[in-house]
Amino acid sequence: MMSSWPLLSLVTFLPLVGAAFIFAARGDDAVVARNARYVALWTSLITFVLSLFIWFGFERGTADFQFVEKAEWIPSLGLTYHMGVDGISMPFVLLATLLTPLCVLASWDAIQTRVKEYMIAFLVLETLMVGMFCALDFIAFYIFFEGVLIPMFLIIGVWGGARRVYAAFKFFLYTLTGSVLMLLAILTMYFTSGTTDIPSLMEYGFDPALQNWLWLAFLASFAVKVPMWPVHTWLPDAHVEAPTAGSVILAGVLLKMGAYGFLRFSVPMLPQATEFFAPLIFALSVIAIIYTSLVALAQTDMKKLIAYSSVAHMGYVTAGIFTLNQQGMEGAIYQMLSHGIVSAALFLCVGVVYDRLHTREIARYGGLANNMPRYALVFMIFMLASVGLPGTSGFVGEFLVIMGAFQLSSWLGLLVASGMVLGAIYMLVLYRRVIFGQLTKDDLKGLLDISWREKAVFAPLLILAILFGVYPMPVLDVMSASVENLIENYQLALGEGGSSSFAWNLISR
Amino acid sequence: MNIGNDILTALPEIFLACSAIALLMLGVFRGEGSSRLIMTLSVTALIVTLGLLLMGPTRNTSAFNDLFANDGFGDFMKMLVLIGAALTMVMAQRYIEREQMARFELPVLLLFSTVGMLMMISANDLIALYMGVELQSLALYVVAAIRRDTLRSSEAGLKYFVLGSLSSGMLLYGLSMIYGFTGTTNFTTLAEIFANGGEVSLGLTVGLVFLSAGLAFKISAVPFHMWTPDVYEGAPTAITAFFAVAPKIAGLALFVRVLMGPFGELVDQWQQIIVFIAVASMLVGALAAIAQNNIKRLMAYSSIGNMGYALVGLAAGTQEGIRAVGVYMAIYLFMNVGTFAVILCMRVNDRMVERIDDLKGLSRTNPLIALALAIFMFSMAGIPPLAGFFGKLYVFLAAVESGLYILAVIGVLTSVISAFYYLRIIKVMYFDEPSEAFDQPIGREMAVVLTATSVIVLLFFIMPSPILESASAAAEAFFPAGP
Repeated sequence: MMSSWPLLSLVTFLPLVGAAFIFAARGDDAVVARNARYVALWTSLITFVLSLFIWFGFERGTADFQFVEKAEWIPSLGLTYHMGVDGISMPFVLLATLLTPLCVLASWDAIQTRVKEYMIAFLVLETLMVGMFCALDFIAFYIFFEGVLIPMFLIIGVWGGARRVYAAFKFFLYTLTGSVLMLLAILTMYFTSGTTDIPSLMEYGFDPALQNWLWLAFLASFAVKVPMWPVHTWLPDAHVEAPTAGSVILAGVLLKMGAYGFLRFSVPMLPQATEFFAPLIFALSVIAIIYTSLVALAQTDMKKLIAYSSVAHMGYVTAGIFTLNQQGMEGAIYQMLSHGIVSAALFLCVGVVYDRLHTREIARYGGLANNMPRYALVFMIFMLASVGLPGTSGFVGEFLVIMGAFQLSSWLGLLVASGMVLGAIYMLVLYRRVIFGQLTKDDLKGLLDISWREKAVFAPLLILAILFGVYPMPVLDVMSASVENLIENYQLALGEGGSSSFAWNLISR
Repeated sequence: MNIGNDILTALPEIFLACSAIALLMLGVFRGEGSSRLIMTLSVTALIVTLGLLLMGPTRNTSAFNDLFANDGFGDFMKMLVLIGAALTMVMAQRYIEREQMARFELPVLLLFSTVGMLMMISANDLIALYMGVELQSLALYVVAAIRRDTLRSSEAGLKYFVLGSLSSGMLLYGLSMIYGFTGTTNFTTLAEIFANGGEVSLGLTVGLVFLSAGLAFKISAVPFHMWTPDVYEGAPTAITAFFAVAPKIAGLALFVRVLMGPFGELVDQWQQIIVFIAVASMLVGALAAIAQNNIKRLMAYSSIGNMGYALVGLAAGTQEGIRAVGVYMAIYLFMNVGTFAVILCMRVNDRMVERIDDLKGLSRTNPLIALALAIFMFSMAGIPPLAGFFGKLYVFLAAVESGLYILAVIGVLTSVISAFYYLRIIKVMYFDEPSEAFDQPIGREMAVVLTATSVIVLLFFIMPSPILESASAAAEAFFPAGP
């Protein structure tokens, strides 16, 4: 019964309906603001419940696309409205639908100006995020992928901090520059293969010489989104200036779009080029892990520190994807999900104290464990999950990635693993300086512990961070068939085309 | 040779010309104060013309000894010109009344200019081409200077006239060179000559270059763009809105017709010219606009850049390229009309303002207008899912298909640069604190135009087929056999 519904379209476009309701609201400012909050909350909650049907209705053990919908869109170009999810994209749909209601809740009191527009922006953002993970037409994917820029630009620019204009422009122009090059690559693929249908493109098999160019164009876009070193500099600015919920979505979902792009397009469609460029990715990932971890150590702003830690964590993801073995890839996807939960929660943790004291300077805090014990506990669990302590979700992902990396080369494994040590240093230092020590500063003494609303925001993330750390099977089950299939096809394509990477042989020895 | 057939073929043009003459007489008899009536009737005449165009006999017919040609491409472009002209005239009435320039000559001149544009689009002969261009231009020179008692407007008119005549001279020189070296002025005959392997002499190439230069001036493509910012800024805003839309579409349509029709076989000769002016226009449009503080000047550079993108489609020289030009101009039409509708709403204390800073905090003082302008700006920057993205998509599709990769890369990078100044307007409206609010109400016709254009631009992606498919059909006119 449920399966005959266009479930993916419903989940994708339902938030737009809520946005339209909020847009239509008129009248007294306070009333409109309250209504906007409730409509946004309920819409995103219903969307989340609907997306649970995808989770439970999803057939494990097959790599096929499921819940497929297809309709004519632009016949003269052969573009279709084609939606579907497989084991790789489905968890991200849920991540997006889970984080949106939490963001609405987290902004409940923090956002007091232009609440109506704010909620509309978040609901539109949710539609674009979900649509992007579901789209099976390359042009449709691109539309969702790029469309995200509009609400995010406004969220950073309107509700952001002091340097919000600079951060919003930097975010927008960096991302746009990469993306337009990808658009040209998409058009080239369209003319070579005659289609923009993603499943068909995966089977097409492009000319290896062309593949390298296409791969680089994709890299231009995805590397900025991930973000990889050296194009990561927009991220700390955007994170610092964005309102808390904006940072949550940025870290939780938007960063995953780049890595998802590698998984969905670069690896399956351009296998020879992937093989050829894998060492480059490893180099960039290792630099990201080690260099940005060191940079994170030197930060004085809490959000900036977590932003740099995101870059380091995404370094694991890119390294994991390009190991191209089962452990590495599953680890990468797991790490993406875990990072989506944990870093989102860390930004929320910063938001809690920021709402109370309106500063993110680490030096302004200290000794919060005394008067905010519950907050200290929550922060600790997420901090440890971010470090990758066994028993938290962060451990599973990082462990799998390191295992995958070791299979290729012990040097790579060693360098990637060094990030775990560095990560522990900067996170523990942050935690010590904010939570422990004497409560000497007067303005800190009056701070209240987390409210019921904040507890409601943290509870689901807390449960997931621990559950995924203790019992990762449900998530791994969902993705394993798709990952297996991806690797199989990749090996098959390489077998036909022949491996060409000279650099690669050097490293693996 | 059947005169009845000829008239039937050119019925929309003939009807519009006759109505313009009739309205001129009506205006003279009624005297001053009949401006509103004449304007209403003019818009009605445009709508009737559009109806005649849509119902008219199909197509690929020629009339008046092959001076005049009708085809799908012409119909599509004429439709855009008529819609553009009608919308801008609807917006103009309130403005010209407020600014004490409500004279009945204005709508009549605009009608004559529109007739000229329709002639340009349908020209099938070098002489007919020149006649259309001049009819269009002469009427617009007068219109630019219609506020003859203000310095800026007269300066704009004079500048437009002097530079415009220069370009007409170049155009005419090019036409005579082409005639001298081929012995004919007829497009069909020219096309036959080159199709049968006619020799391309140096003189002909020179003629082609002059012809391109003249036409590039009319669509304000770089390096013949210098007049545009001054004329845009100096002319009354309602007139600028007219300048920015209909003549550009007609000029580009003529450019396409001349290069793809008679000189279609000589793609190799003219492709590099078009590639050059496309690149130059995109670059100048993107870079020069950054420094502008006046929104009308900014729109001038924006339209220069937009012409560059449309020319990318022409540079491809393929059916996909022409389709891209059609799609791009259709979307350009709605974005530009909408943007100028907003600019026409920029009044503070009963006085027009046109600095970008005057938009400060518009999202607070007038959220709906701010939203509309934000939609147009994001769309011009080419951000999906707005309509402007599809225009750029088609253009770059054509460029990639023809192997013009460098051109495509330059195109997308300049579109990122131009995104900067479009974003700046959004920044001023949304991120800055409000200054003085604009006068309310904006008027019913303005509200209708704004709503219609912004909805079209915003929701284009849901139902893109009508515009895209008719542009595809239009492009087939130059490729009779089909791909």
